[in-house]
Order: sequence, then structure tokens, then C-alpha cells
Amino acid sequence: MRQLVKSESELTWKDLEIGSIVGEPGSASQYQTGAWRSQRPTYDFTKCIKCGICYIFCPEGCIGQNTEGYFEADLFYCKGCGICARECWTQVITMIEEEE
Amino acid sequence: MARRVGIEVSVAIAEAAKLANVDVIAAYPITPQTHIVEHLARLVADGELDAQYIPVESEHSAMSACLGASAAGARAFTATAGQGLELMHEVLYVASSMQLPLVMTVANRALSAPLSVWGDHSDAMAVRDTGWIQIFTENGQEVVDNVLCAFRIAEDHRVLLPVMIHLDGFHLTHMIEPVLLPEQSEVDQFIPPYRYPLPLDPDKPVTMGAFAPPIIYPEAKKAQQVHITRAKEVVLECWREFGDIFGRYYSPVENYHSEEAKVLLLTMGSFSETARATIDKMREEGKDVGLISLRLWRPFPFEEIRQAVKNAEVLIVLDRALSFGGPAGPVCSEVRSALYNEEEKPKVISFVGGLGGRDISVAGFEEVINRGIEISQTGSEQEFEMFGVRE
Repeated sequence: MRQLVKSESELTWKDLEIGSIVGEPGSASQYQTGAWRSQRPTYDFTKCIKCGICYIFCPEGCIGQNTEGYFEADLFYCKGCGICARECWTQVITMIEEEE
Repeated sequence: MARRVGIEVSVAIAEAAKLANVDVIAAYPITPQTHIVEHLARLVADGELDAQYIPVESEHSAMSACLGASAAGARAFTATAGQGLELMHEVLYVASSMQLPLVMTVANRALSAPLSVWGDHSDAMAVRDTGWIQIFTENGQEVVDNVLCAFRIAEDHRVLLPVMIHLDGFHLTHMIEPVLLPEQSEVDQFIPPYRYPLPLDPDKPVTMGAFAPPIIYPEAKKAQQVHITRAKEVVLECWREFGDIFGRYYSPVENYHSEEAKVLLLTMGSFSETARATIDKMREEGKDVGLISLRLWRPFPFEEIRQAVKNAEVLIVLDRALSFGGPAGPVCSEVRSALYNEEEKPKVISFVGGLGGRDISVAGFEEVINRGIEISQTGSEQEFEMFGVRE
């Protein structure tokens, strides 16, 4: 992940481009939407058939295949909506409260 | 050499946009603006103007298409009025916040209900805080000149803000007047080619209109506020240079026998021309009256207003819009704010008149001035008075 020259909390109004244009492509990838989460997905990969339906339904586009080929959310971005858990055929995914 | 032609003001505006060599026009017809975009459509269809004409399904789309075109590096123009300007409202903020230098003529029209196609300044005042530069004009020549200036001001890299040129619906749009149209070569020299510094370009991708969380939004707004405030210097510079080339000079506040007069009337737009005739008549009768006409509405010319009224004892402001339940007409409120902390200032009397196309005659302005003087001496039970309304 690339970093802005200054973090958002250091930018002054004089640092902004005209019209607040962002000149660096893909900079939104630095935004940790995972911080919004109140629940997170947990996995029982023994049930996973690697169909990828969770990957298709994820509105955040944050699910990818891990080194063993199982589909898993990137918790930096996962907002904890639980759609993957609801759609999974084989009930691999269980949402648990973040404080647990 | 400029051509002096007898021309409908709306058609002259279209000719000015053509002289400015616009690339994209996205527009939706609405009275009393229709003739502007109708004539532009004809110019494009006849091959006299090489531009994309996008006939959109609403004013919301007209503004959206214009800002997209501007972001891609095209010089974009549109025109609207009244309800159309209101339908554009949310996109107006986007254009100014994204610093896209569009130019739009607004044929000022009253707002519904009751339905009125006739002129007043309600629409202009409703978009006061959208971050556009707003300039008011009094006659056909002023509109043409200021449309040309608008492109140069908007596209100046020290500004990069959209500009609205206001003209009174029907009172100006539908008048046939003698207008000097400059030569193409003169305009080409006056308005340099449009070069947006960071246009939409697949080879150099940028993100426009991104979302801003609370940690950055106020910085974005401060930058915008500083930009529009600083834009005044460029507006003044543009008007100076326009005057040096074309011989017609413009100021943020136009003065007419106002320097020493004890009683001043303040108007905006085409009514100022009628008010001048009143001032002439009253001065002939030995009355100490003058007129100031506010041309630059945003950014507001604080210093020029303070300077213009510094010797006056009474300042009578005639607004052509209401701020329902508010302290005065919107222009009067601003003027009072600008003067509030001054040690020496005139009494400021507020009138609202000329709503929904109602005329104010030379005699009418005389009544306004006399009533204003009376209120300055005796006071009024109301915060402001509506002129010419049958009781």
C-alpha cells in the first residue's frame, strides 16, 4: 500500500489541489473502512467448497483467496455487513461481535 | 473594428458565446432564457459554431453535462432562469467546489408559486451561497461584454471558478438594443485558450469530486473560500484590461452622482437604468441624491461599498427579492453587514419591489427615495417595506 506524502491529519488547506482533486490514483485504498465494523466474519474452512459466492456478493470487494485457495475477507476493508455469511451455501462463515 | 448591430439581447449573448468559441453547450429551454440556447442551437446546426450541443432532459442534467465537459478540458456554456436554476441547485455547488470554470447566463426570473415567468432576483439570491462568481448587468452591451469577461475570469488559473452573468428576464432578454459585437480576432486575443491544469485524462488519471471525511472537509472549504475572495483581484484586472482594449470599463460598484450626495439609492440590474433617470430628474430639481449600482455580487465588494457610501447620510436599498421572515431584502442585509462596524455610516433603509416582473417607473423610484428619506427621519414600524403593493 502506498502512502500519501502527508497523512490527512497533517494536510492544510494550502496543500490541497484545485477543487480537492486527488492526483494519486487508487489513494482510496488507504482508507481503512474496516474501522467501521461492529461484527467480523470467522471461518470454518473444513466446510468450504471454494465456490466463491461470498466473493461475488461482497459489496466492498474485499474478499479474496488465501494461500490455500479458501475465500476470506481482508479485515482492513471488511465493514462487517454479514452478507457473505448469509449467502454462503455451506455455512462456513459466522459473524461474531468485535468485542468477543 | 466592432460591428454595431440592432439585436435581441438573448441573441447577442449567443453570439458572444460563439465569439468565445465554446466547445460544449448543454442546455434545457426555459422562459425567459430560451432564445439564448435556441440561437446557439441554430449556430451549431448551421455549422457556424463548431461545438457539441447536448439537448438534455433537465437543468440538473444541463449543469452536470457542463461540468463533465469542463473537467475533460472543454469550454462549456449554458443558460437558465428561475425554476431551472433551482433545479440545478445541488450541481451548482459541485461545479464551484470542483473548481470547474463554466460560464452561465441567468435570465433572472421570479420563483413559483404562484407561477411567474417574469423577472426578479429571487433565483439569483437563492444561489448566492453556491460558490459561483455572480455579476449583474444593466443592458445588452454589458451582458455581451461580461460574458466575454466571464470566460477569461473563470479560466484564469488564479481563479478556476464558475461565473454566472445575471440579466433581468424580459426587461433585458427580450429587448432589441444596439450592441457592439467585437471582432473574432479581438476576442481570440482577449480570451486565451482553455487549459484546465488537471483535466480528466486516461494517461494521467485523477480523482475529481472524491469524498472527504471530517478530517479534510473543512480544509477543502477554506481553500474554496480563499479562492473566491482572491478572485476579486482578477475580476478587477479583467475589467481594467477589457476597458483598455474595448473602451468600456466596469466596476464592482457603479457610481452615479454618488460621490457627494447625502441620499443614495442602491439597485442592481436593469432597474438601475430607470433609477438613473430618476436621479437626473431629482438633481435637476436641486435634490441631493445619487445612485450606486451593485454589479459584483459574489465575491462581495466590501471595500468598494464602504467607499461608495462613506459620505452619505441615507442609503436606500431596493431589493428585487424577499427573504421571508428575514430582516430586509438580501442585498440590504449584506450591505448593512458590510457597514455595521464602520464608525461613520449612513442609515440603511430597505425596500423590496419589482417582484415577479412588476415595473418600477421613474416616478416610482422617486416615491421610493422620498419614502426612504421619510423613514430615515421618522422610522418605520416594519423592518423593511414592500414598495408598490396594494394595501
